[in-house]
Amino acid sequence: MSLLEVENLTVTLATSSGPARAVRNLSFTLDRGQSLGIVGESGCGKSMTSLALMRLLPENGVVEGRIEMDGESLMALSEEQMCGVRGNRIAMIFQEPMTSLNPLHTIGRQVTEPMILHQGLSLIEARAEAVRLLERVGIAGAARRLDAYPHQMSGGQRQRVMIAMALSCKPDVLIADEPTTALDVTIQGQILDLIADLVEETGMALILISHDLGVIAETVDRVMVMYGGAGVETGPTGAVFEHLAHPYTQGLFAAVPKLGGGRVTGGRTRLATIPGMVPELINLPAGCTFADRCPIVGDGCAGTAPPVEAIADDPDHRVACLRLDEALSGKVFAEAGS
Amino acid sequence: MMSDAAKKGWRGLLRYRNFVIGGMLTAWVIVTALLSLVWTPHSATVLAIKSRFQAPNWEHWLGTDHYGRDVLSMIMVGAQNSLVVGIVAVGIGVAIGVGFGLIASARRGWTEELIMRLSDFTFAFPAILSAIMITALLGAGAINSILAIGIFNIPTFARLTRASGNAIWSREFVLAARAAGKGRARITLEHVLPNITSVIVVQATISFAIAILAEAALSYLGLGTQPPDPSWGRMLNDAQTFMFNAPHLAIFPGAAILLSVLGLNLLGDGLRDVLDPRLTRGR
Repeated sequence: MSLLEVENLTVTLATSSGPARAVRNLSFTLDRGQSLGIVGESGCGKSMTSLALMRLLPENGVVEGRIEMDGESLMALSEEQMCGVRGNRIAMIFQEPMTSLNPLHTIGRQVTEPMILHQGLSLIEARAEAVRLLERVGIAGAARRLDAYPHQMSGGQRQRVMIAMALSCKPDVLIADEPTTALDVTIQGQILDLIADLVEETGMALILISHDLGVIAETVDRVMVMYGGAGVETGPTGAVFEHLAHPYTQGLFAAVPKLGGGRVTGGRTRLATIPGMVPELINLPAGCTFADRCPIVGDGCAGTAPPVEAIADDPDHRVACLRLDEALSGKVFAEAGS
Repeated sequence: MMSDAAKKGWRGLLRYRNFVIGGMLTAWVIVTALLSLVWTPHSATVLAIKSRFQAPNWEHWLGTDHYGRDVLSMIMVGAQNSLVVGIVAVGIGVAIGVGFGLIASARRGWTEELIMRLSDFTFAFPAILSAIMITALLGAGAINSILAIGIFNIPTFARLTRASGNAIWSREFVLAARAAGKGRARITLEHVLPNITSVIVVQATISFAIAILAEAALSYLGLGTQPPDPSWGRMLNDAQTFMFNAPHLAIFPGAAILLSVLGLNLLGDGLRDVLDPRLTRGR
């Protein structure tokens, strides 16, 4: 039994123009100490997946499927029981450290609260623990900083505070939703290293959500590429990065800017793009959602939903593409791998 | 939110002109009301028919009315009346209205819908009309008029609280608090309410002014404070008969209403500038 098992997770958002299928039939498992990266462009359902796991979807969201933690269904819990899981067994770090802390409360109060709430620590115990946590996440003069307000700290420091808050109750699963997007590059590296070290130390599982392939490559064991609300490719990080099986994954990699001469062709430097737009979630095509942007689209693609199949030499690396052989054989996007 | 002003201390507050002028006018009304508890130049209720209709003079600074009562003393005692009306009526509005507003924004769904449609219903009647209706049902008198004004304040605060509360609920730190396992009640008290306090304080100041005005209007119509308790509105009512013989009877209570309402409105605007510098227009 895995720590976290998600099967056929589907999230539907009721909107004024009809139901939007934000996540479709997503399945994955996660063990203790394992880290999963979810990657994809804006609006592909990454954040909706994490909110669905926390049961924190907006009012108009409906979840279907199976989410089990240590064999216990999270879907069956009452809102009250779920409050006992959030912050305690599953913790979350958000994208915007500038706005994720309440401006009116001190750092100390915000870090101690989950421990007092979930673990019944006294204020004195919780404050001592908070100092230890803040020191661990690299905040200098932690004891003094307990009485600081969020506006007195920098973005990087606030993200460290968020991490300290998330770790305060020693969660089994940590969900980091684009934890470094709002930070500058030098701080990004430090925060990612910190998260990776903490995962190793505590043995918790990590779900790292990002649109940044570099971030994913450095930090996680397994990758899942999402497109149009569905997982199109999943596998061990090394295998996914080596094979780049799904055409969308290839396009995603081709669009990453690279330093040096490799990108300069014919005297011009241009970023590769994937033509077309992300499909409307309200009006998804019947077959492969990537079909109308895919360079190797075939006759069957638009009509049939591609089954998820393992790549021949690696049963752990699974891809949803009807024309997998073509995709694997060549460079689908002219720029890919150049 | 206070940090900007707090950094500069009390000295910094002097830069906010509305706040200073409004605060001074309001303080003046409060001091007058407090002073009248222990001292007034003459009795505000004892009749002295011999000295009726006196124009302002050294004995009676603001003159005397048709029963020979000292107008200054009546205005001073009337200030008590206006303040009590304001405090109690706004108190009712804040206590009940903010509560409903917080529930509406925490529960959403049909609870919110019900509370908001009920406030719309209350708003459909002009304020003074509903106050007249309530006093007509409960009977004229000071307490009933305060109740009537207070009841009208409830939807004002319910709406304001729900609207600003919803804005806070959609903030990221609330999502973070939910992800930390806090329930809706805790989030309401620890995150939503403290973040909307400044808005409520500003509205309370402005509602206070409206309450004083409404009480004056009700008393003018004879539905509010009953004789012999002095009230600014009733003084105006009495004065209209003698408008041409003794205009000072209308001018001074009118000025008292004007200055206290103006003071509270300026204070409300000033408080908004002080508490939320982002909303301040270019000064």
